Amino acid sequence: MTHPLGPPPKKDPQRVTRPPELPPVQRSRAALGLTAAAARGFFALQVCDECGTVAYPPRDACGKCLSPHLRFQPVADGGEVIAETVIRTSTDLYFRERTPWRVGMVKMDCGPSIVAHLHGDVAVPGRCRMVAKLDKGGNAVLVARPERWSEAMADDPEWRELTAHPKFRRVLVTSGREPVGQAVAAALSKAGASIVFVGIAEPWKPFAGEAQLKAIPNVQIMPLDLTDTSSVTELAGEIGGKTDIIVNTADHVRPGGVVGADSLVTAREAFEVNVFGLQRLAQAFGAGMRARGADGVNSAAAIVDVLPVQALANAPDFGFYSASAAARHSLLQCLRAEMRPGGVRVMSVFTGPVEDEWRQNVPPPKVAPAQIAKAVVTALAEGIEESFVGDIAKDVAARFAADPKVLERELGQ
Amino acid sequence: MTTGVAPSGAELLQALAAGIVSGGVEIVDLTHTLSPDFPVMVLPPEFGQCQPFRIEEVSRYDRRGPGWYWNNISMSEHAGTHFDAPAHWISGRNLPQGTVDAIPLEKLARPAVVLDFSRESAEDADFLLTRAHLEAWEDANGAIEEGAWVLFRTDWSKHLGSARYLNLREDGPHSPGPAPDAMEFLVKERAITGFGTETIGTDAGQGSHLSPPYPAHFILHGNGRYGLQCLTGLDRLPTRGAVLFAAPLKIRNGSGSPLRVFALVPRHEERTSA
Repeated sequence: MTHPLGPPPKKDPQRVTRPPELPPVQRSRAALGLTAAAARGFFALQVCDECGTVAYPPRDACGKCLSPHLRFQPVADGGEVIAETVIRTSTDLYFRERTPWRVGMVKMDCGPSIVAHLHGDVAVPGRCRMVAKLDKGGNAVLVARPERWSEAMADDPEWRELTAHPKFRRVLVTSGREPVGQAVAAALSKAGASIVFVGIAEPWKPFAGEAQLKAIPNVQIMPLDLTDTSSVTELAGEIGGKTDIIVNTADHVRPGGVVGADSLVTAREAFEVNVFGLQRLAQAFGAGMRARGADGVNSAAAIVDVLPVQALANAPDFGFYSASAAARHSLLQCLRAEMRPGGVRVMSVFTGPVEDEWRQNVPPPKVAPAQIAKAVVTALAEGIEESFVGDIAKDVAARFAADPKVLERELGQ
Repeated sequence: MTTGVAPSGAELLQALAAGIVSGGVEIVDLTHTLSPDFPVMVLPPEFGQCQPFRIEEVSRYDRRGPGWYWNNISMSEHAGTHFDAPAHWISGRNLPQGTVDAIPLEKLARPAVVLDFSRESAEDADFLLTRAHLEAWEDANGAIEEGAWVLFRTDWSKHLGSARYLNLREDGPHSPGPAPDAMEFLVKERAITGFGTETIGTDAGQGSHLSPPYPAHFILHGNGRYGLQCLTGLDRLPTRGAVLFAAPLKIRNGSGSPLRVFALVPRHEERTSA
């Protein structure tokens, strides 16, 4: 049985914070296919195009027929745990701080036998489901989890290393003026975050939902304007040492393209919020979070950015907005690499058009703020690096994977 | 100085300089500090927006510049304590010398008359200054001199830092300002140089619902006069006797600019004993 997690004690300022060591990071190029699937929350293994053999670990040629045509595909994730061992000591800097660590051998229904991490509630021998998770170094590892899942199982220490669960963590939601930020704050509070700091820009301007936002348990309203470097720096000075998760919900949405844009003023505002806002957050909070990536139950865990799926291809009706999203996406890729040494995950939650006032003339399907909030909590609880919310986001992602040029032409009709 | 003979420019300046040095003349700052958290005018979001003051550090005795400290700043022409030129408004678009770079310098140092309506503004956030108010004021204080800056004291600057400064509600902002007939009177019958306020604009918060909309902007600028807003420290000025210095930045074709506004006033004791 998973031991239920208790609220972590207050930090002892005299103790050295555990440095954020990473598990072994080297992977072959072939193995990064596993990582890519895990980043999106899928379990996929290589399947041989020629003979259908499922291969593990990832390789360049089929072990049975020597064909080089191996493709990662979703496969049956069920299996039988046939053996286990508990590692009690290790020379590896990461694992020696985290023993005992349970590993086991799983005979997969789809063929291969896999040495995997074992969730504490998996019985041996017994049935399990295999999942691929990103470890602290951003690489896929395979974990056998119980077939039947309960919320309490998320407290398992091995599982928690592989996720960024908000439970008992202190979260900053960057923009509480809009429904998306408000929904995210409510969902994180419900998911067990011990504090939900909610940033409010220009507090002298009233906004819809203000009273309800303030009534959410554990919410603390903080002044935060992502377009103002001093505002971001001041907030980091106040809470930067105890911010475990940042969810950036700020998004400056305006219609208009490049030629038809009335001026550079709106375009600049979009970049100030969507791109430089993210950079200001990263500059003010990043270093502190990176240093606290292994700081116990409420270690720094993740930066989540909620951004439009037009980051992948431009939608000319919202052309400049799309451009800012693309820049934001690129910035996140950089940030992901920069935060990795600290074991802090950078997660992108791509959304379809949000149901809001700026996109009233965009035809449905649109995404409700509550859907985004759910996706943010899921991304954190499952450790998913890239998620797509709503039918449009999922469709754009699939078409982007198929051929970005086709997608560009279709969106630009 | 000899009685009956106008003092020369040199004598005047010498006396002024001596007054500033000796303390007989005090300098009162009427300017808010330019900072990123200073609110700007709120317009419906489909219109272009006024950018608040922003500052980015370039270096501060560090690897970006070991021996020096400096910043890049950006803002709207209409951020913080600022000056409105005639070209700011459509009514003043065709006037000569309508932009900040072309304004004659002698307009920028002028006597100031302070109208204290702080009590009325405290009682009614939508207080409108009318011609009748001005006439009553003149009955008590004498006529407003031609060429003066008229400063409308509401003590609204004291609300800065709270939501009451902009006082935004669902039907827009609520703050005191002038009625159209008051502006007509000041501009046409008193030939003022400009009109200065403590609020975010020269017009009342609800000024868009007057006729003409935004009468202070429309009438002042349509007649080549200037506006000053987001002033502070008006409670430290005498009703008469202050000289106002308000020189905007020399921005090519600029519609306005943030600026340092200050006033020369007789020393406080001199005023209270008079």
